[in-house]
Order: sequence, then structure tokens, then C-alpha cells
Amino acid sequence: MAALKTMNRMYEVCFNAARQAAGLKTSRLIQHRSFRISQPFDSSLEKPQFPGASAEFVDNLEFIQPNVISGIPIYRVMDRQGNIINPSQDPQLPKETVLNYYQKMTLLNTMDRILYESQRQGRISFYMTNYGEEGTHIGSASALDPNDLVFGQYREAGVLMYRGFPLDLFMAQCYANADDLGKGRQMPVHYGCKDLNFVTISSPLATQIPQAVGAAYAFKRQNMNRAVICYFGEGAASEGDAHAGFNFSATLECPLIFFCRNNGYAISTPTNEQYRGDGIAARGPGYGMLSIRVDGNDVFAVYNATKEARRRAVAENQPFLIEAMTYRIGHHSTSDDSSAYRSVDEVNYWDKQDHPISRLRHYMTARGWWSEDDERSWRKQSRKTVMEAFEKAEKRLKPNPELLFTDVYDEMTPTLNKQKESMWRHVQQYKEHYPVDLYEK
Amino acid sequence: MAAVARFLIRGANSKLSVPGIGAGAQSSYGATLLKLSATCNACTKPQRRHVAHFTFQPDPVPSQYGPTQKMNLFQSVTSALDNTLASDPTAVIFGEDVAFGGVFRCTVGLRDKYGKDRVFNTPLCEQGIVGFGIGVAVTGATAIAEIQFADYIFPAFDQIVNEAAKYRYRSGNLFDCGKLTIRAPWGCVGHGSLYHSQSPEAFFAHCPGIKVVIPRGPVQAKGLLLSCIADMNPCIFFEPKILYRAAVEQVPVEAYTIPLSQADVLQEGSDVTLVAWGTQVHVMREVASMAQEKLGVSCEVIDLQTILPWDIDTVCKSVAKTGRLLISHEAPVTGGFASEISSTVQSRSHKLARSLPVCCQSYAALPLPVQSGV
Repeated sequence: MAALKTMNRMYEVCFNAARQAAGLKTSRLIQHRSFRISQPFDSSLEKPQFPGASAEFVDNLEFIQPNVISGIPIYRVMDRQGNIINPSQDPQLPKETVLNYYQKMTLLNTMDRILYESQRQGRISFYMTNYGEEGTHIGSASALDPNDLVFGQYREAGVLMYRGFPLDLFMAQCYANADDLGKGRQMPVHYGCKDLNFVTISSPLATQIPQAVGAAYAFKRQNMNRAVICYFGEGAASEGDAHAGFNFSATLECPLIFFCRNNGYAISTPTNEQYRGDGIAARGPGYGMLSIRVDGNDVFAVYNATKEARRRAVAENQPFLIEAMTYRIGHHSTSDDSSAYRSVDEVNYWDKQDHPISRLRHYMTARGWWSEDDERSWRKQSRKTVMEAFEKAEKRLKPNPELLFTDVYDEMTPTLNKQKESMWRHVQQYKEHYPVDLYEK
Repeated sequence: MAAVARFLIRGANSKLSVPGIGAGAQSSYGATLLKLSATCNACTKPQRRHVAHFTFQPDPVPSQYGPTQKMNLFQSVTSALDNTLASDPTAVIFGEDVAFGGVFRCTVGLRDKYGKDRVFNTPLCEQGIVGFGIGVAVTGATAIAEIQFADYIFPAFDQIVNEAAKYRYRSGNLFDCGKLTIRAPWGCVGHGSLYHSQSPEAFFAHCPGIKVVIPRGPVQAKGLLLSCIADMNPCIFFEPKILYRAAVEQVPVEAYTIPLSQADVLQEGSDVTLVAWGTQVHVMREVASMAQEKLGVSCEVIDLQTILPWDIDTVCKSVAKTGRLLISHEAPVTGGFASEISSTVQSRSHKLARSLPVCCQSYAALPLPVQSGV
């Protein structure tokens, strides 16, 4: 149980209890935790009595050195050729499950390619691909219960894909057509789905982090065996809201998984301009949070870590932090040319030699679960289904302009109603200046 | 922030117990507060500069909601929160220092009565408090967040403006945080200086998707707060902190609501319309009697109550009758909410537009320094 050991190790760093062996049982961890809080006050002892921390005195001056050279290790289940490294860590998922992983990852990849191109052609206004991070989405999503609530950033379309969000609705959102569940109000890739428990994405970074904590707190009170997962990038982790969320989740004891996609860049900003500590995982123990770092290109490592974090988060009502190390292979978005700040060689390494999709394919091929023929026919089929959804979405009308005014409040206010009527009067009078035919009536 | 605030609270350990709520949590925290305050001479000796700039006038005793009890404003807030926790098992109250009863005593006894999972302290972080509250509300539970002073709501501005206000709209009504209410002490208090006196309602008035509500006394506070909590939109409820103890009147014990977005015409008149909200309503009432006495002018006094979405019709109807409008607020004049009212009234009253005298009476466009003594 290397995963568990790492988590325990992190826990100990946090509470400065290195003498405890790595194989601590959960119950002992909890005892240890409550001990810290209920330490009796005894002024006769020459021991520190400060309420703010539980620690010994030390009589030599020594600053704590951050360990950034040899950081928190990266948990991995299979190597780059898809070989299981430690059989005890093999989740031994059945063939159908693994095939489903592969198909969802590649379908997402196909959709990304087509929508990226469509943006280049001016057919949709904006797009963000998921290249290189498909494994983090599918691996974590599959370890969750379908009832678990997902709060995302914007590069987690694979989670929705795994939960069965139809291609038509992905496209409808990007085209902002009349089928879009969001009524065409947000920029492309701001997906959301109530039925699939995926909270609608918004652009402001990290705002979802403390929100996810609130939702997890409410779930804890409902006692319905539900957890919350909250995704964010390593750049978003610099926002104040990340600090708020981490701290609240620990002090309020919420069943929550923070899932950080550390892909090396926040647009053009490399991580050494983002932070100077040992990444994001090293911050978890500072908040009293169990933390782990995983290989984000290893779908099984992501699965194992999320599965265990989910189990314990719900059982023990405490937050977990997973930092998935990966690499953003694509541009930040369609409005960005990443060759302006990083080398093509660097990108090629991750695309050709260490990619979550190719690694899983090696694994499947080695077991005789996937052949060249399977690959060819699946590529053809997935491309066809994406293109069909794409063409359908493109032909669809835009939503009725009335929908510009609804849902600001639960009910239309008199002022909004007046503004709506004023819009219609205006459009009637000057309709030749507006694309009225493109909108539903 | 909280630490600074604590020095400000005089006699935080109230002897008044709130009806219907168990014994007040007279914790050691409270005692410490009292001691701290007692060492502060300026706080114990009533000085000239602490003389109130208004006289609170109680409302007629409301008869339609059953038995009433004498309450000040902080007690009527507690009473509203008590009614909510009793009737809505999902409702939770959280913020800085709410567990022991709050620095203004608004949550006294609630934790003992309803449990520590329903009334709890958060870490000291306003953006976290509002983000957390949004998350609770997204699941459909009732979230009542407290920001210790309206002056400290700005760290949560992003969560309020970009998130809470736009949640329903941007998701096509798939998700919302309508069950969120944010309460915050508001307005000047005599010696609050720059960061314990602000009236930030106009900052929020520019933000579609939220409601902003300010009561003038205990009866309105309870009824409007219960409306905010029940309303299916995120609401900000500003409590005039100078009235917490000063305003005392008969308040119904049971739950009742006062509709949002409806102004209250307190006094009918024919010569001029006076519009205000919060403590300033009482100032305007006094002005109305002075005008009547000294000038023989008949004033119509309106408490706006809801800043957003505001009751345009009631104000415009009144101005159509009187032909004159005076708006008054504590907040700075430039970009204050009076500008919105005055321009709207002028644009809606076409016939009057040329002759309509509108006057906005508010504080200078300055941060409020402690020397101002108001």
C-alpha cells in the first residue's frame, strides 16, 4: 500500500510526529489528531503551553528548510510502456472498464481536435483542449460515485465525458445553440450538467474551491454518503480562494477531494514563477490535510489515489489533496500560441513519449485487449460520431433572445421586463441590423 | 480585522436575553471582551461626540403576526435566525465569532439550542465565508453567512459579484445559490472611523443577480431578514449597527415576512418626497417634522428598504404627487445610490423633468475619518 504509506507520511510531516511508523491505522490517526486539540493545560511542566501549536521547545536556532530538491514522490502504477510496476498496486480493472477508459480518453481527444480546428476556422468563438490531461479526468472520475458533486476549472471535460454527457450537448454549449443547457450565455467549454452532478464552470479562477467546501459541508450534514471533488490547475492554486478553501475544508472537516492538475504552466507562466515550494502537494500538510502526488499520465495511479481518498474522505469527514503531475501539451486556449514561451521539443517529448493515452494503449496491447485494427476502426467511428454531433450543432438555431433576460433572478423583475420589452421594440424597428433569422422565435 | 473589531464592541456581554432562546452563552470570551472595553475610557464615559445624530421612532405595534415582545435590533435578528433554524433543518449560520454569540450578540444562544454543526465559526477569511456559503446553497441548503462588518465585505466582492450574482444565469438555471443570505453590520456608529462605518450598498447596486436590503428598525429587521432567507436569490442584508441596541420596539415572536423590493411610505405628504434607508430614515422623519413646524411644508417620508431591485413605482408615484424629491444616504455622494434614484425618477417623470428639483443629501465623497464624530 504505497499510496497509503505516502499519505501517512504526509500526515506525520504535518503534525511533526515522525516517530510513528508508516503503517498507522486510521483510528490511530484520528486519536492522534484529537490528542492535539485536547491536550490538558498544566503550567507546572516546563513544556510549551501555547494554544496555537503542539510542539516541544528547542534550544538551538534552526530555520525549517523547505525540501524542494527531493520533493514529495510521484506515485505511479505503470511505467511508460504500460507495464505494472508493483503488482500489489494493480487495481486489476476488468477489460470492459479499461476499454471504456481508453475510448473515453480518445473520444475526448477526437472532440478536442475537431473543435480546435473549428475555432481556427471561425466556426466557434473559443476553445480549450485537454491534450495530455485526459488520464487525470478519466482516472479520477471513474473512482468517484456518480452522486459525488464535481466542481471544475475548465480543463476537465473528460469527467463529463466519463459520466456520459452526450457529444450533442458538448457541441451545443460551444455553439451556444438552442439545445445548450446553459441557454447560450457563457463562453465555450463552460459546461455544466445538473443530472450528472457537474457544477457549471465559470471563468474566474479558484472561486469554485471554497464553494466545493461549502457543498461538502452540506453533504456531511445530509449524511448521504456523498463526497465532493474540486479540480483546479497549479496556477489557480495561487489565488486567495485556494487558501480559503484548503483551510476551511480542514477546520470544518469536510468530505472533499482537492484535485490539482499541475501541468507546468498557467498560460505562459512556468511553475517557477508560480511558486517556490515543493509544488501544491506540499502545501496540504500545512493545512492539516492528507496529501499525495501522482503521475497524472498514469490513469491507474490517478484512479487508485482518488478511490482511496474518496473512501476515506467520506468515512472520516476530512479533505484530501491529490496533485497530479502532468504536462499541458496543447496551447492554453485558442487565443494562445504556446510556442512563444516554450520549445516544440519539450512539447514533443510529452506528446510522443509520455502520454496518458499511449500508455494505456500499451497496457491494453500487452494483454491482447486492443489491436491495430481495433484502433483503426475506433478512430474512424469516434471521428464519425463527433462530426455528426458537430454538424448537427452547427445547423441548430440560437436560443430565443428572450432568454437574455431570464434567470438573472428566479423571477423576472419589473425593471428587467421593461428592458426586455424595450429590446423587442428596438429590434422590431431596426431588424435589418440584427441577425434575427439565426435565433429561435 | 476581527481583533480590531473586538475593541469596538461596548458591553458586548448583553444582559438582555432574547425570548425563545435558551440561556445566552455568557462565555469567557464575552467576559474578556467586557474587560477589554472597560479599560478604554473613551468607551465608558459618554462624550459629546457619541450623542446620537438621530432619534429612533418605534413603529406602531404590529398586531397581525401574533404576540409581540420588546426587542432591540440585535435581538430581533436573533429571533429571525432562531425562527429559521427551528423551521428549516438545512439552515446553517457561520462566520467569524458567531459561535459564542457574535461580536454584536446577534447569534447568542443559537449554538446551544441548535448544535455546533449549525452555528459555527469559520477561519478569518471573508472570501472563504462567502464562497463556502455559495457552496452550501448550491446543494439546496439554507446558508446564512455573517461578515463581521460591511467594511470587510470587499475581500468577498469577487465571490458575490462574479459568482453568487451570476450562478443561476450562467448555468441556465441548472444551479443556483438562491438560499444564500449574507448579513453584515452596516453604517456609521459614531466612532467607527474608516473601517467600521461604511455603507457599501451602492457598490452592490451595480450588480444584477443579488438583492440588497437594509432595515430601519427591529420590526423591519426581522421581517426583511426572514424574507431574505426565504428568497430564492442571494441576498445581502445590511444591519445598521448603531441601531443594534438603540432601537427598541415591540416585535412579533413568531416568524413573519415583509416583502422585498417594496418601499414603505412612513408618512404621507404633498409638498416633497424624502427618500432614505437604514438609520437615515429616522433623520428624514425628524427633518419632516422640522419642515412642517418651521416651514409649513408637508413631507412624504419613504423608507426604500430594498436597494436592489428597488421599488421604482412607489418612489415615482410619490414624486408625481409632490413634484419634489430629496434623497439622503450616509454613503459618499459620487456614485452613491441616490444618483440611480434621481436619474431614474427624472427619466420616468417626463412632464416633471424640467422643473423637478431633485436633491441628493449625503456625506462628502471622503473616507469617513474618526474625527467626523458621526
